Amino acid sequence: MALELKDIQKSYREPDGTELPVLNVEHFLLGDTEQMALVGASGGGKTTLLNVISGISSPDRGSVTLDGTNVTRMPEPMRDRFRAERIGFVFQTFNLLQAFSALENVLLGMSFSGRKVSRTRAKELLEHVGLGGRLGHKPAQLSIGEQQRVAVARALANKPSLLLADEPTASIDVANQENILNLIRKSCEEEKVALLLVTHNLDIAQQFGRVEQLAEFNKVGGQS
Amino acid sequence: MNLFSIAFKSIKQRLLTSTLTSLSVALGVMMMIAVLVIFGIVDRTFNQQAIGYDLIVGPKGSDLQLVLSSVYRIAPAIETLPYDYYQQLKNDPRVEEAIPITMGDVTQQGGFPVVGTETTYFLREYAPGKKLLIRGDGFREAFDAIIGAEVARQNGWDIGSQFTLVHGGAESDCHHDEKFTVTGVLKRTGTPNDRTVFTHLNGFYAIAGHETPVEQMVKRYREFFRVIPGGEKDQELKDLIKQAKEEEAKSHGHYHGPDSTVMKDVSAIFLIMKAPPGESAATTSILFAAQVKKGFQAQAVNPIFPMQRLMTQFVGNIRQVLLALTIMIIVVSGIGIFVSIYNSMADRRREISIMRALGAQRTTVFAIILAESILLCFAGGVAGILLGHGLLFFVAPIVEAKSGLLVDPFSFEPIELVLLPALIVLASIVGIIPGLTAYRTDVAKNL
Ligand SMILES: Nc1ncnc2c1ncn2[C@@H]1O[C@H](COP(=O)(O)OP(=O)(O)O)[C@@H](O)[C@H]1O
Ligand SMILES: [Mg+2]
Repeated sequence: MALELKDIQKSYREPDGTELPVLNVEHFLLGDTEQMALVGASGGGKTTLLNVISGISSPDRGSVTLDGTNVTRMPEPMRDRFRAERIGFVFQTFNLLQAFSALENVLLGMSFSGRKVSRTRAKELLEHVGLGGRLGHKPAQLSIGEQQRVAVARALANKPSLLLADEPTASIDVANQENILNLIRKSCEEEKVALLLVTHNLDIAQQFGRVEQLAEFNKVGGQS
Repeated sequence: MNLFSIAFKSIKQRLLTSTLTSLSVALGVMMMIAVLVIFGIVDRTFNQQAIGYDLIVGPKGSDLQLVLSSVYRIAPAIETLPYDYYQQLKNDPRVEEAIPITMGDVTQQGGFPVVGTETTYFLREYAPGKKLLIRGDGFREAFDAIIGAEVARQNGWDIGSQFTLVHGGAESDCHHDEKFTVTGVLKRTGTPNDRTVFTHLNGFYAIAGHETPVEQMVKRYREFFRVIPGGEKDQELKDLIKQAKEEEAKSHGHYHGPDSTVMKDVSAIFLIMKAPPGESAATTSILFAAQVKKGFQAQAVNPIFPMQRLMTQFVGNIRQVLLALTIMIIVVSGIGIFVSIYNSMADRRREISIMRALGAQRTTVFAIILAESILLCFAGGVAGILLGHGLLFFVAPIVEAKSGLLVDPFSFEPIELVLLPALIVLASIVGIIPGLTAYRTDVAKNL
C-alpha cells in the first residue's frame, strides 16, 4: 500500500474558541501506483487531508502509514526528511520560488532529501515536461502552465512513492488543463508513483478510474 | 544546493537592499581597518624598541618635542646646543658614542627634512640589532648627501642626483643656492630615516645663511657654559668678537663670520652610553641625565619615556575611542541587516512554507536565514577590508605629507583576522530572530 489512513481526526480551534471538526476518516487506502481523484465542496477539508497525509499537519488522533511506515509517530525532523524523499507536492498556484530558475527549483526539491542532487535527472525531468529549453528561466518569465510543469518535474525529482496534487489545474486556462493533467498522470505512471489529486472539476475527475467524494468517507458533523 | 547558495538566491532577489545593508557593514569595517592600520603604524613607529640611543641631548624644553623632532623629524627643533658641548660629551668617559645632528632645512623637492650629521650616525644601530645599509659611497665631501629609501622613491633620486634645500618652516621661501649630490641611498628601514635627507655636518655649516651674528652666538655660548667673567674663556670670546668686527669691516659685507666652533651649533646629540662592569647602560644614563639637567642649559632624555607617555595617554586613548566608534558603526550596520531581513520575512512565509513542504526541516529554514545574514555581513566584511586598504592607499600620501608617518596601505594588522569571525558572530546574533520567525512559520496556513 502506498498510503493507509486509520481513525484520523483533525479539528481546528476557531478564534471564538469553538472546535471546528474538519477530518474524521475511519479508514482510507491508496494502492501503490494507484491514481485517484478526490472531489468535494470547498472548505470540506481536502487540503487539510493532504497536509495530514504529508505530515505538514499532525492529526489529533489516528495514524498515517506511508509505504508501510507510520509517519504520525515520527519526530518532526524525520517526518520532514521522509516527506522530502517519499512525497511530491503540486499546489494550485505559486508552487515555485521566485528567486530560483526552473532548474534550480527542481534542484531545490532534491536538496532536502538525503539523496544525491542530480542535475542530469533535473534536466531530464524538465525536458520531459517540455521545458528543456527554459531551464534558466525564472518563474516570472514562465506562464502559469509552464510553472505548473516545473512544479510537476520538481514533485517527481526525488522518485517519491506518492504525489499529492491540490487542484493543480484550477488556475490554468481550459485549453491547457488537459495537458497538465495528462502530464501528471502519465509521469506518475512512468515513474510508478501513486497519485492523489484533488479537484472540483468533474470533467477532470471523471478521467480517473477511482473518484471519491471526501464527504463519503469523512464523517464530520455528528455523522460518525 | 547548499544553505549558502539558497541564501544567496534570496540576497540576489533583494539586490538593492542587500547591497546597501552589506555596504553599511563594509563602510564600518573600512573605517575600522583604517584606524587599526594607522594606529598600528603609529604604534610601531613610536615604539620605544625602535630607538637605538640611550639618551637624546637637546636644549631645555619639552622632552617629547625633542624626541619628535630629533628622532621622528615631525616637529620643529626647539633650539640649538653649542658645537663645543657635543665635543665635550663625545670626550666624556661615560659616553660610548655621541652623534650630533642639525636640523631646520627641507629639500626643495618633496619637502623632506634635512639632517646634518657625522658618518658615525650610519655606523650605529638605529634600533636594537639593526644597522643602516647604504648603497653608494656615503659622505666624501661637504655637499654629499645620503637619502632615505622613500626620498629616493618619491623624488625619483638616485646616486648622482643633485638637489637644493630651502629653509624649513611653513611659508618660508628662503632658498639655499648650494647644490647637494646624492652619494648614498639607504635601504628601507620602516623608520623616519626613510624620508630623511642626510648631509654632512660640514655641508650644513657651509650653507650660506645658516650663520648667526657673532655677538648672539657668543652670548648664547656664555649662557650655556656659564663662562666666568675674567677667565681664560671670557677673554677668548672677547677676542673672537673683536676679530670678527675687524674682518667684517675689511670684507665689504662678504664676511660669513669667524672660523670658530663657537659659531657652530647642533640641534641634538644622540648618546650611546658605556655600561660599567656589572651594570647596564641604563644606570649610567639615569645618572648622566640627572647631571645634565643640573649643569647646563640642556636636557638629556631617554626617548622611551616621552614616547610611552604619548602612546598611553594620548594615542592609545584616541585609538580606543575611534575603535569604539567603528565598532558601533558595525553594530548599527548589523542592526540594519536585522531590520532588512526581518522586514522581508512577511513576504517570505509562502516560500518558507514551500521549502518545508518539499521536506526542509525547521532547523534548515532557520539556517538558511542565518546563512543569509552571515553572507551579508561576511561580504560586507571582506569588502570593508579591501576598501579599508584601498582607502589607506589614497590617504597614505596625505597622512605622510601632514605627519611624516609612513603609511603602508597593505600593512596588515593581525587583528584583521579576528574581524571576520567576529562579524560572523554578529551576523549570527542578528539572524537569530528572523531565523526563529522562519523556524516557527505555520506551513499549513501559508501554503
Ligand atoms: N489553519 C487553519 N486554522 C483554522 N481553520 C482552518 C485552517 N485551515 C483550514 N481551516 C478550516 O478548515 C476547513 C477545511 O479547509 P480546507 O482543508 O482548506 O478545505 P478545502 O481544501 O476542501 O477547501 C475550512 O472550514 C477552513 O476554514
Ligand atoms: Mg483546498
